[in-house]
Amino acid sequence: MNEFIFFINIVVISGAVIGSIYALGAIGVTLIFGILRFAHFAHADMMTLGTFLVLVLTALFPAVGPAIGLPTAFVMMPLAMAATAVIAIGIDKAFYKPLRENNVKPVVMVMASVGVTLMLQGLIRFFAGTGSQSLFVDDRKAIFRIDLPFESASRAIVVTEPQILLFLFLAVAVVSLHLFLNKSRLGKAMRAMSDNPDLARVSGINTNTVVGVTWIIAGALACAAGTLLSLDVTLKPDLSFMILLPIFAAAIVGGVGHPYGALAGGFVVGFAETLAVFNWAFLLRPLEQALPWLDLPNNLAFVPTEYKITIPFFILVAILIWRPTGIFKGKVI
Amino acid sequence: MQNAKKEIILFSGLAVLVLWVLVAMGPAFGVRVLAEASCYAILALGLTIQWGYAGLFNAGIMGFVALGGFMAMLFGFPVNEDFWNTDLPAQLGGVGLKALFGIALIYGSTKLYKLGFPGKKLRLTLTLVLSLAVYLWVKTSLDPVASAIESQAGFIGGFGWPIWIGWIVGGSLAGLIAYFIGHICLGLRSDYLAIATLGIAEIIKAFLKNADWLTRGTLTVSPLPWPGPGPAEIGFVAARAVYLSLTAVIIAGLVFLLYRAYNAPWGRTMRAIRDNELSSSAMGKNVNGRRLEVFIFGSVLMGIGGAALITFNGIFDPSGFLPLNHTFLIWVMVILGGAGNNLGTLFGAVFVYVVWTMSEPVALYLLDVMRNLGEAWFAWEAPADLDSRALQARVFVIGLIISLVLRYAPKGLIPEKVAHHT
Repeated sequence: MNEFIFFINIVVISGAVIGSIYALGAIGVTLIFGILRFAHFAHADMMTLGTFLVLVLTALFPAVGPAIGLPTAFVMMPLAMAATAVIAIGIDKAFYKPLRENNVKPVVMVMASVGVTLMLQGLIRFFAGTGSQSLFVDDRKAIFRIDLPFESASRAIVVTEPQILLFLFLAVAVVSLHLFLNKSRLGKAMRAMSDNPDLARVSGINTNTVVGVTWIIAGALACAAGTLLSLDVTLKPDLSFMILLPIFAAAIVGGVGHPYGALAGGFVVGFAETLAVFNWAFLLRPLEQALPWLDLPNNLAFVPTEYKITIPFFILVAILIWRPTGIFKGKVI
Repeated sequence: MQNAKKEIILFSGLAVLVLWVLVAMGPAFGVRVLAEASCYAILALGLTIQWGYAGLFNAGIMGFVALGGFMAMLFGFPVNEDFWNTDLPAQLGGVGLKALFGIALIYGSTKLYKLGFPGKKLRLTLTLVLSLAVYLWVKTSLDPVASAIESQAGFIGGFGWPIWIGWIVGGSLAGLIAYFIGHICLGLRSDYLAIATLGIAEIIKAFLKNADWLTRGTLTVSPLPWPGPGPAEIGFVAARAVYLSLTAVIIAGLVFLLYRAYNAPWGRTMRAIRDNELSSSAMGKNVNGRRLEVFIFGSVLMGIGGAALITFNGIFDPSGFLPLNHTFLIWVMVILGGAGNNLGTLFGAVFVYVVWTMSEPVALYLLDVMRNLGEAWFAWEAPADLDSRALQARVFVIGLIISLVLRYAPKGLIPEKVAHHT
């Protein structure tokens, strides 16, 4: 039984956590990919930037959280999300819009986004250093232990408060995004522009507004993803490319331009990572007692933790070979 | 005429800059910078044919550099007797044989349809399960051997061969990797190539960093032998000058070959594909085939350039490969100098590298002034890691240059000269 609880703690909960983070990032990436038609390489650093805004706000007003009963950083997150959205629009105006108006090739936009990512990295590292930091300035991380009512279960299922907040936030974000895209006029305009930009333009959709809204959603979600990840572990400023690859993999697995696909893709990549680095010997040990002739090695993980980054890459390669449109039939643009 | 004038001004400016570095910082330092710049120039030539000739976006130059450096180390580093005198090589060979056998098995399983094995899905599942089983089998048999090597011999050492063999092998291996990536991604949208190359670079780095039995991981390997006489034999300046002339010969050869290729039908086809993919495929050109060729060719150059660079540094340090230094700096060289123009690329490589090296002391000096002023005027207590932060700020400058060049000078300082063969 303990082995099972261990499995839940290490695989199910961690996988769901990292999957939700990837999903939040991938929704933004897939929207930008669908509407602006380029792979936004600066997304990971936008996440870090948003998280730093949260950190600054948390350090300024450390007493807010305990008064409400939530981590201060989580209370400050909506403010930082708004700020990141504004910054995202600003970045678009300063760096992407002039290129877009020159009708450059999509690859040049990708290059520009790499330029932006380097600038963000430089600023973040210059002002905040490169060490990891905790978002819990004045409060502590609440941990819940759920004991199972079984004789053989001596361990407890462990969930932390940030993880619960993450799941709640993801649910709220997905439902509101769904309502926005399907019910509101602007959301429908976004989907129209993703399907066919020229047709959207001639039918009177203000493409500039749509682009702005895309950046607002992407920036806010990036900030949320970064903050919730950092609440769960710590804030690492040099995460950049390491988290970019799984997010892109999630967006492509889900099908470019599909927010729900990105959600599913995030969970696929997240669970694939945790399952691959999980040491299966733990789970198979009871089997060893039952079958004395079986001799299992101590480490039965598919991939050592250091090589975790290979998992999203192989998922990406596999999907590009067999189904470049993604599981939900996105676009190949 | 206008262009020729501009080129003369730019190149004489560069010559003045180089002379200034040679005089101000001493010949040993100056020649070092030039030799490193020449290694970067080989890398930049590799990128200029990928990006400038064919419009292919490679975000993983670092991976090819690391691969080239690793091969140079593996072939050039002296033999490790602790390893070869035990039975460990035999064990490692056994694992290698197992791996070969497994690969043969997997390859065989993909050819089962020739025996009339039914069901495409069934065959695919069989291949996947078989690959997973083979992978686990090889991995479980490699792990004890690897840890035995680490504990008994440190790492397997090199082969003790002339290091230029390592350069060539490094280039070929980089080309092989490029073949696989290109094969998968080139038929798709260009963004996917960028994502995939970024991924493969991080994977190669992770592998080299963690495979301690092969590379000593974070312990680093040094000193690497030089292809010419080393500094211990004839002194720093002379040895570096010999190295520089070697790389200069390589560059001259490459530029000559590239010049021929650019004006040959092959080069014209490449440019046609880059400028108008649709009409060149309508003309019957094999778009993806040509692109694959140019991607592989560029990556081979990157492997060789990386090997030359790491050999010159004399130390193989897997954690020293940074996307900034080994990918984006090279981009800046190419897009600032002029993508698709070999002369412009060379100019960009030398200019950017000299500025990059000199920016380190300049940034530190500026920060020092800032810190002193801050202390004097505002009683500001500077953070202790301010120096490392100053170097981080150079990341910002690189990003800014990329953005500015893309916006205001998308063709670079010395633009590509499109020849009209009328």
